[in-house]
Amino acid sequence: MTKQVILGAHFPGVNNHTVWTDPAAGSQIEFSSFAHLARTAEAGMFDFFFLAEGLRLREQRGKIHDLDVVGRPNTMTVLAAVAAVTEQLGLAGTIQATYNEPYEIARQFASLDHLSGGRAAWNVVTSPDAFTGENFRRGGYLERGDRYVRAAEFVQTTRELWESWDSDAIAADPASGQFLRAAPPGGFAHAGEFIGISGHFTVPRSPQVHPVILQAGDSDGGREFAAHSADGIFTRHSTYDAGRAFYADVKSRLARYGRSPDSLKVLPGASFVLGDTPAEAAEHARHIRRQQVSPQTAILMLEQVWNTDLSSFDAEGPLPPFDPDPEAPSIIQGRARMYDDPVAVARKWRAIAEEKNLSIRDLIIEVTGRQTFTGTPASVAEAINRSVQDDACDGFILVPHLIPAGLDEFVAKVVPLLQERGVLRSSYEPGTTLRDRLGLGPARPAASWAAARREHIDA
Amino acid sequence: MPETSGLHLAVALDGAGWHPAAWREPDARPGELFSAGYWADLAREAEAGTLDFLTIEDSLGLQTAGRFAGPDDRTDQVRGRLDAVLTAARIAPATTHIGLIPTVIATHTEPFHVSTSIATLDYVSEGRAGWRPRVAASPDEARHFGRREFPRLTPETVADPAVAAQLSDLFDEAADAVEVVRRLWDSWDDDAVIRDVPTGRFIDRDKLHYIDFEGRWFSVRGPSITPRPPQGQPIVASLAHAAVPYRFAARASDVVFVTPSSAEHAAAIVAEVRAEEVSVGRSSADFPDRTQPALQVYADLVVFADERPGAAAARKRRLDDLDGAEFSTDCAVVTGTPGELADLLLAWRQAAGLDGFRLRPGALPHDLSQISRGLVPELRRRGAFRAGYAERSLRERLGLSRPSGRYQIGAA
Repeated sequence: MTKQVILGAHFPGVNNHTVWTDPAAGSQIEFSSFAHLARTAEAGMFDFFFLAEGLRLREQRGKIHDLDVVGRPNTMTVLAAVAAVTEQLGLAGTIQATYNEPYEIARQFASLDHLSGGRAAWNVVTSPDAFTGENFRRGGYLERGDRYVRAAEFVQTTRELWESWDSDAIAADPASGQFLRAAPPGGFAHAGEFIGISGHFTVPRSPQVHPVILQAGDSDGGREFAAHSADGIFTRHSTYDAGRAFYADVKSRLARYGRSPDSLKVLPGASFVLGDTPAEAAEHARHIRRQQVSPQTAILMLEQVWNTDLSSFDAEGPLPPFDPDPEAPSIIQGRARMYDDPVAVARKWRAIAEEKNLSIRDLIIEVTGRQTFTGTPASVAEAINRSVQDDACDGFILVPHLIPAGLDEFVAKVVPLLQERGVLRSSYEPGTTLRDRLGLGPARPAASWAAARREHIDA
Repeated sequence: MPETSGLHLAVALDGAGWHPAAWREPDARPGELFSAGYWADLAREAEAGTLDFLTIEDSLGLQTAGRFAGPDDRTDQVRGRLDAVLTAARIAPATTHIGLIPTVIATHTEPFHVSTSIATLDYVSEGRAGWRPRVAASPDEARHFGRREFPRLTPETVADPAVAAQLSDLFDEAADAVEVVRRLWDSWDDDAVIRDVPTGRFIDRDKLHYIDFEGRWFSVRGPSITPRPPQGQPIVASLAHAAVPYRFAARASDVVFVTPSSAEHAAAIVAEVRAEEVSVGRSSADFPDRTQPALQVYADLVVFADERPGAAAARKRRLDDLDGAEFSTDCAVVTGTPGELADLLLAWRQAAGLDGFRLRPGALPHDLSQISRGLVPELRRRGAFRAGYAERSLRERLGLSRPSGRYQIGAA
């Protein structure tokens, strides 16, 4: 059977992928930018709009990182406003399970789900670090091994809260004078390893009951978390071959939790560059890569491997003659560690630079963050569809490189081709929730999620 | 018509209105209280009356009939609420002028999130945001977080010195939260984003500031992840019934809602509020160079209004009968024609020097449209209220200038 392509629209992030030096680059914070990208995605019949989150500004060598786009809104608040300027588009927000309480998160997502008519999705992330914790009353460091255990309990608790009002709890019948069928509504009690709360939830059951749960993280723990607790996984494995391996691995984990393969959607992040001819697309891609890697950014990205101050090096000159010191304390704070074995990476990069005679900047352009899809609209549509049909993924979360117009061309040129192939809707079916649209079916009860997880762990 | 009077009028939205039986009125929409369309319609109606701003109530616990009680077993009253900030954000793009002031619990919650959410509300409304910090003192709300235990308050224990000290602590904690929120709003200078292509720098990092707040309940490093909001400092408004919250308002707020029972009482409360302003050093002849504008004082009133004399009172009695008790709340309840209400507002304002009123509609949408289509035109006829919106931001409408960031180099 032909699979439908799932499409998410990622608002460009605070990293060097987002080009701010281009004359077409607009505001990263004005609401009009969010409204434009969301409306474009909705015009293109995308499934959802996606926002990342970071709760402390990145630092490198003890200074706030100043080369990339900096500054973003509160995720939930801007999504609630985007709900007002769209009608059908899903609204996915990345929210830390660490610097929030389950009661608040459940209240906010249930509220967003009501206010959007069933379009809310939560991308759960769990990367607590003491650096980010300095912005929060609860600080927030957890042993690596505990992170996904606590996150699972956190999500489980929010599910219990989302179900705490019966589906028919509200009668709202003026004649009988009955607003509620029984009082008080929303009773809950959760007593677990990490979370012990009880009381009455304030938000009635929302259209999706459980907003769609996404998980971002490719580690073994992250994959397993997705298998027992999520509806979708946001991954870096966007290439065809890596995608197929990842897809098979993640889907194979589902059966032990009593889940069917299509109950978890695999959604790689992907970037794209279009051109009328392959040569034009390639030239355009080269131009964007140079915009993404300024001389200053090239040095900075080299420092992320060498883990030391390289500001005296010339980006247009050769690589440092020395190797990184793997024992030195990390110079980067506020984002995940990027390289597991910096010495090996440095040696590999030096070999590439020597072989191709590349400057630091040319090397960084060569070895970091190449666009996922580069080509004509027809070839990009074909590549996307092939990945989906061949089970390298179930769709893509597309990351444009420009705010706010970075998705315009894709929607104008690639979307119609996907629609022609019959793999992308031509209109939204009215009255459906995001959960319906993703083919996830009705929300599975919290108790069933918990039982499946418990059975596997006990087994 | 030139605006001369400067009277400010706000409306407080909650559920189906402030009367517990309001949801049973024929024009009520009890099945839509949790939908965006309901709230957007109310906001547009308030905007049609050129009101200064609307507030949205919120709580981390269920509504209850008793002031100090936990969740009760009444099935005949509205229970349940959506998050007020998200509701405000959802209606922001549906309106263009009216200010949006959601309630936010300042205790239990993270000041960092509060700061970015109100800054974001200010962005999505293009300069119309504020918040009403609220203290959550009930044991029920504390158990939703599972990190603190609070004793249940009763009319008797409130007088107990130990309990009073604990309540006073909660207001101090809330004041710290407001301070952190305000500092984070200022943690980016207005001109921090430079987009300087030759040096490759998107921001000038010297224009971003650590706030390094350290207090008894939390410490927050900063800077914010969100650039300085359009108003610089969105509005902080608080509700106060007694000395401790008056002091909190004097320290932390731009606007305070008070609950007088008469014009004379209003005058006495205003005097008390002014005295607290002096005691916290906000306003005094001894501080001629004060940088903070005076706290604006609004009286809260629950309003039932109808064109026909006596109709509003009769309607309220009918609702009282449905609910099984005479409605009373923490503020005065008034009934009358738009003309009678205009008389009352102007008399109280003159007697007490009130800056404005926050009207709580007894029933929605009826009493809101009586305000926007009856009371407001009546006040306009008397030259006592604006004919239309002139100012862009909520701060401007309230007569407050846009302050420089406190960390800005060369800031006053």
